[in-house]
Amino acid sequence: MANHTHAPAPLGGNLFTPFTLLLGMLSVIAGVILVYRFFYGLGAVANINDGFPFGIWIAYDVVVGSAFACGGYAMALLVYIFNRGEYHPLVRPALLASLFGYTLAGASVIFDLGRWWNVWHIFWPGYAQVNSVMFEVAVCITAYIVVMWIEFSPVFLEKLGMKDVKQKLNKLLFFIIALGVLLPSMHQSSLGSLLVIFGQQIHPLWQSGAMLPLIYLMTAILLGFAVVIFEATLSSTGFGRPLETKVLTPLSKIMVGLLAAYVAVRILDLVFRGAFGTAFSGTLEAGMFWLEMAAFVVPLVLLAPAAARRSASKLFVSAVMLMVGGMLLRINGFLVGYETGAGWHYFPSLAELMVTVGLIAFEILAYIVIIRKFPVLPAAQPVTR
Amino acid sequence: MDRRNFFKASLAGGAALATGAASCPAQARSNKDMPPEAVGLLFDSILCVGCKACVAACKEANGMPPEFSTQEQYWDTPLDISGKTLNVIKAYRHGSLATKDSEENGYAFVKKSCMHCVDPSCVSACPVSAMQKDPKTGIVSYDKEACIGCRYCVAACPFGVPRFTYDKAIPQISKCQLCVHRHKDGKYAACAEVCPTGATLYGKVSVLREEAKRRLAMKPGEKAEFPRGHLRAAQEKQLQGAPEGKGEMRRKGWKDESGQAYPNVAGKYLDHLYGEKEFGGTQMLMLSGVPFEKLGYPDLPPQSDAALSETLQHSLYGGLIAPIAVLGALTFIARRNVRPEDEEGGQNG
Repeated sequence: MANHTHAPAPLGGNLFTPFTLLLGMLSVIAGVILVYRFFYGLGAVANINDGFPFGIWIAYDVVVGSAFACGGYAMALLVYIFNRGEYHPLVRPALLASLFGYTLAGASVIFDLGRWWNVWHIFWPGYAQVNSVMFEVAVCITAYIVVMWIEFSPVFLEKLGMKDVKQKLNKLLFFIIALGVLLPSMHQSSLGSLLVIFGQQIHPLWQSGAMLPLIYLMTAILLGFAVVIFEATLSSTGFGRPLETKVLTPLSKIMVGLLAAYVAVRILDLVFRGAFGTAFSGTLEAGMFWLEMAAFVVPLVLLAPAAARRSASKLFVSAVMLMVGGMLLRINGFLVGYETGAGWHYFPSLAELMVTVGLIAFEILAYIVIIRKFPVLPAAQPVTR
Repeated sequence: MDRRNFFKASLAGGAALATGAASCPAQARSNKDMPPEAVGLLFDSILCVGCKACVAACKEANGMPPEFSTQEQYWDTPLDISGKTLNVIKAYRHGSLATKDSEENGYAFVKKSCMHCVDPSCVSACPVSAMQKDPKTGIVSYDKEACIGCRYCVAACPFGVPRFTYDKAIPQISKCQLCVHRHKDGKYAACAEVCPTGATLYGKVSVLREEAKRRLAMKPGEKAEFPRGHLRAAQEKQLQGAPEGKGEMRRKGWKDESGQAYPNVAGKYLDHLYGEKEFGGTQMLMLSGVPFEKLGYPDLPPQSDAALSETLQHSLYGGLIAPIAVLGALTFIARRNVRPEDEEGGQNG
């Protein structure tokens, strides 16, 4: 039975700290670069080219960024679909991070679109091209952002005192939540399917063909759990709150089970496609592959003993490693393992990096503002069942 | 109660997923077929003398700006296709450069422009139908008014053909569209029209394929007639000595180009018509004396990437059957598990 004793409450406190000011500055720098980009073209700030038409604004901001924002999805799956009510205190903070992660991932696409004023074509019959994986990803991510804002709106409605609207919404919440589980399952898997059409331009270590959706979906859920542990640890240290180890420990057990399944799927796919040999070729790609695999396998070993899952530091280290692993899988697939012909090179420019950094800074800043002003985190006493 | 719910939930979810998986094989699609009237180019590397008249003609016909690769910017010197260049001739060089069309100590010329794939990745990738394949001619065209500039087509093309103008605030994709805008005036691809040796021929793919096979059957050094410009079935007939060839062409209002065929000796062709099988077929076909991989053309499997990508998408999302089934199961489960938040009382379902 779900536990509802943890009434969320605004955290309060000062919004202006050296840290928030730094975040604000980084956001402004990114903003200035983007203004420049809209007047002088993508090439004026980014190092993308015809051999690497997708840079970090796609590979990191959208593909990795949205996967990092899967905390809300993973927790909704656990709490509402697998009916594990004990994890309920984690849902709201996770959902908030997802809300920002996704909204910014979605918004950042606009910066990368050359002909951004036509973006509505994706949703317009006559233009929309349903065979395109990009179409499916774009529509699903947009729909999910809307769904998440609705899912999260009770928090704002509470603050604004709109009880009626909130009650009506509550009656439909189960359907919104179902959509909120379906949509990320669709687009997180499709983010992997984006690579299918690149064919042999993708290194065999990452061109898993029809297995790509499963690989990306499994890691998205894994990343969701990892991000929840990561954020819970950071907000407990950052805001001097008790760490919710009681919930994080059993959560990590589920995570380890899924992780073991993922590692098996990943390796079996490589073996069956006969691609595993290329991992021993001594190339940059092979090195990056082992780095990626290590980031998945080390947490698996680290968290295998039950006692280790009670250690806050081991949980945190494992969560960070999994996030690195999930990021590498995506960066490797979209950039390192992409080769469209000889003579093309890509490394992000400083301006390109600063936009990505600014986006992350803005996300953290917005998260801090919201949890200080709105009822998101469980009230400060230790959570008891 | 909880456990029972959990099992029910798992069962419903499993059933929904199975429905999705079951719809899989029914929706699988193979490579697309070439339209019977498809037009394209035949590029014969052995006939190409590297004069680059086609590069200049392409620029003029398509209103593209010059591009410079030398310090003195006297004339157009593109090294590759780009946002400003739709067609280039590249050189293969090896060792002493003694023999044309020889892989060892030789050189060769190769054309780089859109292959007009039978099952193009760019068309499958484009989320907004800006890339279209004409159902009759098979020409792969681009509509900048539809384009959102996402560059998924650029990334998807195995030949690296669609290019993007990164230096523009209002950018667009550029790619060869076989001079489709000139067709209404009875003209055809400018590159083929100007090619002095007939290294680039324009025509129906079926006709071009036959011409290519004719050349592959020749013995090196054998004397033969080589056509130029627009290769038509009737012209081919005339080449073989049929008397009605010229008259038929006049009746159809075609520009008389029959006199432009010329005698030459056959080169040493590799027994490989590039584009016949590669990637599900392309409407630009190529002949060469040097292996195509050396000329920058990838060794591609006979299945198009679009076929696999679309099969996958259709099996997961075809008719929205699987998503709706999964949504139904999820809604059913969530209905039981979600209790209105923060409502005092009434939660003991």
